[in-house]
Amino acid sequence: MSGLLQALQGIKVVEFGGYAAGPHVGKLLANFGAEVVHVESRSRPDGFRLQYPPFREGKPAPDNGACFAIFNDSKYGVTLDLKSPAGLELALKLVQWCDIVVENMRPGVMERLGLGYAKLREVNESVIMLSSCNMGQTGPRANTPGFGSQLTALAGICGLTGKSGGPPMLLYGPYIDFIASTMGAASVLAAIEQRRTTGLGAWIDLSQYEAGLHFIAGALVDYSETGRIAERVGNADSEAAPHGCFVCRDSNWVALSCWSDDEFGRLTALVSNSVLTADKRFNNIEGRRGSADELEALIAEWTLTLDAEEIAQLLQANGVHAYPVNTIADLFEDPQLLYRRLWHRRRHPVIGEHNYQFPGFNLAITPGDVTAPAPCLGADNETVFRNLVGLTDEEYQHYQFCKAFD
Amino acid sequence: MLSACRVVDCSDQLGWLAGRMLADLGATVIKIDPPGCRTEKPDWRAYNINKHPLPLNLDMEAGQSVLEIMLEHADVLIECAHPGSPLAAYFDPERVAARHPNLVHVSITPFGRTGPRAQWQASDIELMAAAGAMSLAGEPDGEPVRVSVPQSYSWAGAHGAVGALVALIGRTIIGRGQHVDVSAQMSVIPALAHAPTFVDLLGITPSRSGAFMTGRALDGAQFRTFWPCADGYLNFILYGGSAGLRSNEQLVAWMRDAEAPLEELATINWSTFAPTNLIQEEIDKLEAPIGNFFRGITMKNFLEEASRREMLGYPAYTVADIAVDPQLSKRDFWHDTTDPGGGKHRYCGAYVMVDGERPSLQSPKQMNSNMEHILAEFGLDPLLIGVLTNNAVEEEA
Repeated sequence: MSGLLQALQGIKVVEFGGYAAGPHVGKLLANFGAEVVHVESRSRPDGFRLQYPPFREGKPAPDNGACFAIFNDSKYGVTLDLKSPAGLELALKLVQWCDIVVENMRPGVMERLGLGYAKLREVNESVIMLSSCNMGQTGPRANTPGFGSQLTALAGICGLTGKSGGPPMLLYGPYIDFIASTMGAASVLAAIEQRRTTGLGAWIDLSQYEAGLHFIAGALVDYSETGRIAERVGNADSEAAPHGCFVCRDSNWVALSCWSDDEFGRLTALVSNSVLTADKRFNNIEGRRGSADELEALIAEWTLTLDAEEIAQLLQANGVHAYPVNTIADLFEDPQLLYRRLWHRRRHPVIGEHNYQFPGFNLAITPGDVTAPAPCLGADNETVFRNLVGLTDEEYQHYQFCKAFD
Repeated sequence: MLSACRVVDCSDQLGWLAGRMLADLGATVIKIDPPGCRTEKPDWRAYNINKHPLPLNLDMEAGQSVLEIMLEHADVLIECAHPGSPLAAYFDPERVAARHPNLVHVSITPFGRTGPRAQWQASDIELMAAAGAMSLAGEPDGEPVRVSVPQSYSWAGAHGAVGALVALIGRTIIGRGQHVDVSAQMSVIPALAHAPTFVDLLGITPSRSGAFMTGRALDGAQFRTFWPCADGYLNFILYGGSAGLRSNEQLVAWMRDAEAPLEELATINWSTFAPTNLIQEEIDKLEAPIGNFFRGITMKNFLEEASRREMLGYPAYTVADIAVDPQLSKRDFWHDTTDPGGGKHRYCGAYVMVDGERPSLQSPKQMNSNMEHILAEFGLDPLLIGVLTNNAVEEEA
């Protein structure tokens, strides 16, 4: 969609599914030049369109939601009634057109719709299909439904979040969906690379649960060898002390940590608290960890005398790890994020101007872009089916008459 | 899938997962660490299995000379040199591109190679703070918390792998490699889901809510997410829409079968239930009988019954629970090895299955036995092998 040379230009993607785990794959690819078509139906739009706020003026409506928007920028949006023969015909024409199909429905749903991998290969022999679901396509619980926020609990990550003795915690939303989508994006790109050299497609079975376990892989290895069960320990760390968050004069928080005795020495020079300097327990990591509560109480006295930003600047200038705990609002003002252009403002036809976020990396020559705001429901039916798929006027009208676009 | 791809991985923990993902997907990955690196630690082994280990001191000219030969034959370089350090000067993107124009050069650093805070020091806790993730975790009136197992490193590594592959495919478009500049801070931010949109659209800043969640009701009311059960915690959320309909109906049916008091739950028509419109008092009344019911349920009981009834919700598992989950063993997820002393080691297997098969990992022993051939692929004289390789000695189970 952009005039610049992009790394993934020429790669065509069709998404069946909704929420985050599927659509975020397409967004990552679209930001680097892939042409991505997001397929919904008018009777069952993507769940993020209506079920999750925020909405423009607080009113839920298919095109009012920013939750849908931020995972679907730079894509085309079409509607197809996949349960009608005409809608299915058009879905298969899209499959013929594309290189990659991404779906995140429960196992068996694509098959029942007439869009299983074998059927897709009949119309496009070298198609690459990514099937992403909670448990994977096989296994005793393959059919268990689930959302990412909850699956994050099964994968151990929520149980590792919170204070010792307190309850587990969510990391706000469907955390594990984004692990799965990022790792899923890598897998379809690898399949494109394979197809370039062999001509072969691939069916990739991604269990979001298994993908999430890679984010606690070290703790799993440790358990298999020692029987040690990793637990939530607040902000403590096995190698650094102090290691935590401290409230500051401006009521904001700062995170800081010391990874060597020298680094701790530089911190104490700034804190200049006589107790901190004199107490020999703090001279080595074992002592600091053993008396972490007392140590952190002394540091907390100091952080209350300065603002979070001042403390972070001061500590960094003196070679100590530190950063203010950014609130979500701070992410729009953080100087490093502004420099790196995390946010791209685009005008959505209904929501108006709002921010879309860029992935975590920049490319030097083919920089990528947020090329368009998220599509309104079915906004690109004509563009996609006439210009990309190549339907004639008569054919397009026929499918309209058959209610294929409902 | 990436059998034609050769990767030189000089990363530290910030980038380990990038090379591991590429190796899972079939790339040949040489892992370079300075001599003395603590490769025996579980974290190192978890993220560097399936790579060919090669000790090399890149602070020395001799080490750099060996690396230069390898880069002539490599498709991807991954490095984590801290901006401002001598090693970062050596890995200067323009210099690397001039010498190795076809190479995809991936730098994974806390804040990216450039920018006003590029040189700031950060470990996982500072990165989770900088990305806003900590502001969303913890009790509402308490301190922000991070996940007790570092997450930002994996986020950075995963984005690094995607970046490497985007650039690798881009070589066919632009006819050369390019620099991929990964910021760990930015890589974490997608994990915050739609939280930033509340600031953007409504001027509301989401914050931490302990064992509850916000962001679903229009007036900001909270829904409980974690519930104490007989032997731990369960995650269950009163969802709306078609997904919530079945779960809520099935929970009530389960409670009815168990003769548990339903109280307010008995009055709800779940087909029209809309969490977005609820206020806190209404939510509390619905959640009270659920909480009482869950206190008598075990995690295993919940997982089996919820799965049977096709309800949304999972127990909050520990690594011990995960280790015996039959879903994982039935899918051959684990890669088990035994060392010469009989010690058992269990690693996460390749993260995807391709055409019905899980790509196999190679054990450290296989990696070493194959080293002569691998180093030759990277243009190195086999005579160097004895000097350069380390002696990891695990055997296949």
